[in-house]
Amino acid sequence: MTHHELLPLAVLASSLLPGLVIFALPESWHATRTTLNLLGAVTKVALVAVLLAGVSAGEDYAFRTAVLPGLDLAFRADALGMLFITLSAILWLFTTLYAVGYLEGAPHRSRFFGFFSLCVTATMGIAMAANLFTFFVFYELLTLSTFPLVVHRGTDQAMRGGTIYLAYTLTGGTLLLTGIVWLHHLIGHTEFAHAGIAAALGSEYAGQLKLIFLLLIAGVGVKAALVPLHGWLPQAMVAPAPVSALLHAVAVVKAGAFGIVRIVYEVYGVELAQSLDLLTPLAIAAAVTILWGSFRALFQDDLKKRLAYSTVSQVSYIALGVALFGPIGTIGGLVHLVHQGIMKITLFFCAGNYAETLGIHKVSEMDGAGRRMPLTTLAFSIGACGMIGVPFTAGAVSKAWLMDGATAAGMDWAIWVLWTSSLLNAAYFLPILWRAWFRRAAAAWPEEHIARRGWRETAGLLLLPPLVTAAATVAVAVFADSAISPLTWARLIAAGEYRP
Amino acid sequence: MIDPVVWLILLPLAWATLAFVLGPGRGAWAALAGLLAQLGLAVTLAAKVGAGGTAVTHQVGGWGAPLGIDLAIDGLSAAMLLLTQIVALPLAVYAHAYFKRDDPARRYFWPIFGFLIAGLDALFVSADLFNLYVTLELVGLAAVALVAMGGAAQQIAAALRYLFATLVGSGAYLFGVALLYGATGTVSIATLTPLVTMDAPRLVWIAAGLMLVGLMVKTALFPFHFWLPPAHGGAPAPVSALLSALVVKASFYLILRLWLGPLQSLLPTFAWAMALLGAAAILWGSWQAIRAVRLKTLIAYSTVAQLGYLFLIFPLLSGGLALQTAVMQVFAHGLAKAGMFLAAGVLIHATGQDRVAGLAGAAGHLPVTLFAFGLSGMTLMGLPPSSGFLAKWLLIDAALAQDAYAIVAVVLAGGLLAAVYVFRVLRQAFLQAPKTAMLHRVPRSLEWTAFLLAAASVLLGLRGVELMQLVGAVT
Repeated sequence: MTHHELLPLAVLASSLLPGLVIFALPESWHATRTTLNLLGAVTKVALVAVLLAGVSAGEDYAFRTAVLPGLDLAFRADALGMLFITLSAILWLFTTLYAVGYLEGAPHRSRFFGFFSLCVTATMGIAMAANLFTFFVFYELLTLSTFPLVVHRGTDQAMRGGTIYLAYTLTGGTLLLTGIVWLHHLIGHTEFAHAGIAAALGSEYAGQLKLIFLLLIAGVGVKAALVPLHGWLPQAMVAPAPVSALLHAVAVVKAGAFGIVRIVYEVYGVELAQSLDLLTPLAIAAAVTILWGSFRALFQDDLKKRLAYSTVSQVSYIALGVALFGPIGTIGGLVHLVHQGIMKITLFFCAGNYAETLGIHKVSEMDGAGRRMPLTTLAFSIGACGMIGVPFTAGAVSKAWLMDGATAAGMDWAIWVLWTSSLLNAAYFLPILWRAWFRRAAAAWPEEHIARRGWRETAGLLLLPPLVTAAATVAVAVFADSAISPLTWARLIAAGEYRP
Repeated sequence: MIDPVVWLILLPLAWATLAFVLGPGRGAWAALAGLLAQLGLAVTLAAKVGAGGTAVTHQVGGWGAPLGIDLAIDGLSAAMLLLTQIVALPLAVYAHAYFKRDDPARRYFWPIFGFLIAGLDALFVSADLFNLYVTLELVGLAAVALVAMGGAAQQIAAALRYLFATLVGSGAYLFGVALLYGATGTVSIATLTPLVTMDAPRLVWIAAGLMLVGLMVKTALFPFHFWLPPAHGGAPAPVSALLSALVVKASFYLILRLWLGPLQSLLPTFAWAMALLGAAAILWGSWQAIRAVRLKTLIAYSTVAQLGYLFLIFPLLSGGLALQTAVMQVFAHGLAKAGMFLAAGVLIHATGQDRVAGLAGAAGHLPVTLFAFGLSGMTLMGLPPSSGFLAKWLLIDAALAQDAYAIVAVVLAGGLLAAVYVFRVLRQAFLQAPKTAMLHRVPRSLEWTAFLLAAASVLLGLRGVELMQLVGAVT
């Protein structure tokens, strides 16, 4: 086996093996568990860096093994996959650090970190899958490994959230499976390829292909929280903050959005999808989701719920970018895959900090939080500005490309959707910032767990990750034209997808 | 040097007798040694059949049919033999730790277990219909004895109901064989196959119908499943595992044999009727599992549902991979259900009760067992990566190839229903435990054997190629 085959497997193993060992560790072995967790996370980032260097130099990393005759479990590190892998690997490292701090003293930590590692393994598998079959295997594994995290607290409310999560995702998985087997039956394989594989079928299959597209998009649309399949996401916010980070930024909704990208570009091919009239309905679904999510976010007093509806809205920017026929829209969608992750994880880290430090769970309790926790609130403000699309933040870059893409595609209504969404974003984020920075605090915080020590407003491990991701939110915009920025990488991918 | 095929039948008989003479203590060790050797033999045999791609026959005592007894092994038989030994060995390890010293059942378990395994092995290699009847009866009676051996009133009642069903089933089968012998003058599968054609006399049709219905009763296909939940739900955990994983598969194997062999021109008439009953079994069994109050009843009804999948393949048998699909499902369910019953045994032992609602928190203290249950559940739901998923994939693929969309719908619905009853149990593990819960200590070998079987059911999902090739070697 050459290192070209081993490297993708090593990326999977760097979280799978620590995860399996962690399951077996006694609850009281904190130091060993933390070491293993961080060792795995750092190794993964290093491996991904090697992979990234190789892929940009044109190397081909692939591994495949037959599961059944004519059915392969296949991995390939291509440019699109690398975009997702790099994002997840780096965010996983910071989420792990954060989770170690967040769960200090909590029960069932071996179970938590075990499933946490499995979750990331599944995400890596989704990103590197070279065919729909492999994609599906890891997609379902992701569902299974996130369920224990969502219900981790074991309360009735957590159970309800978990049950709703399962009901949505397993049904979505069933639809997806139907579409995949059907496609496999028609074409004989489901390998991803530039310009897609469905075009090989003649025009007499157009009807079937449309139906399969609906099944596939509905299947991944559940995780991507497309309206009306989004109901699970606001319910799942009962999970601990690091899990919300995982759901909203690192893994779950991203897996759905990534699935949409793969299906449109590499299963159907964007030309075929356009000629079958599939892109416009997808764009409309995305637009409805963007507006509805933002609208619902306005009325949520629960901070995490407001952020959850914001995710519903923001993730569909990716779908919208994909559905705008043309390379500029594609770049906007792809770059938002990364940008949304960085911004939203910052916001959830901060929401976790407010809850853990002061017991703040609601927007109405935020008064004066900025003076008590200036660094957290600074990070939160940067994340929120990014979501609104303020210049020099990641969100501004995404929105600029998406709007240009809409113009280029002649879909001017999409520009209005984006503007309206920005206004709504401002309407639900700015009041939070106003309360935090400018209102006087109430006499006592709801429940103060962690006292201030000097300049440290909360535990160090809780503070570091949001500050880093907040800095990244600005950095990816300021250095957008540098050689290693997400934007440059997204342009590279788009150039490949629209290659003549 | 005698053929490995014969050893697979003689060895369990030998250790069964030894266990009877030596008593349960040393007898158990004899059984474990014997089962280990059998596993080696079954693997060797499967490798031989798989590599040669042909059938192996053995004439007992040098007398061939029609005078003597023929044993025939093709890919299907070799696969069934392999599954039997793979499941039996961990089961024996589990049983060794499960039965306490003062348990009266402990004395009877090992000898009857041995006879049951011998009967199963003999059934999978027999090449004539009468010999098959003898082995079927041996398996049935041994299974009834295992259910009854606990001696509690409830178990005796379940065993009697089971005895009734198994006797009616094998009686109908024997009656059919007798009619067939009267009409054709032979019971050898090889000789019969060309003799039975579509224009057979009515008597032969009746014989075929009797044999089929008899075997359906023994396989507990809906609506003949009435005996299964009390028998499988009431027996001790290792016995439940044995019955659900292997015993019901024996009569299914026999239906498959008749379908592909001597009755191939008659039985396909009933293909859609079988699939219809299979679909009903999936829906009804899952629904009952969702409603079940007791853990083992839930698992037993899940068996009713999972057996339904096996009958969905009959309309698809004319094309391609349907046989492979059936074997994959037999393996998936065999491994997963054995693992699940063993895990349930641990949970019941630890909490001292067997209501699903009473498991809250308990499973949190037994992570290995919980994992075993979860992995088995993955296979039963058909979620990837697991052998159950491969079976589901193959089944949907085969159904699409023949435009049987109804089957696709049933399979998909069945997977979702299975998720409902599996997660009904799993969610208990994540509930906060009541402070009062007292847990008994559980030997580690109980937990890990359950885990091993469950993990095997999942790992097979990553590598099904060899099994498919083996089954491809059917005569």
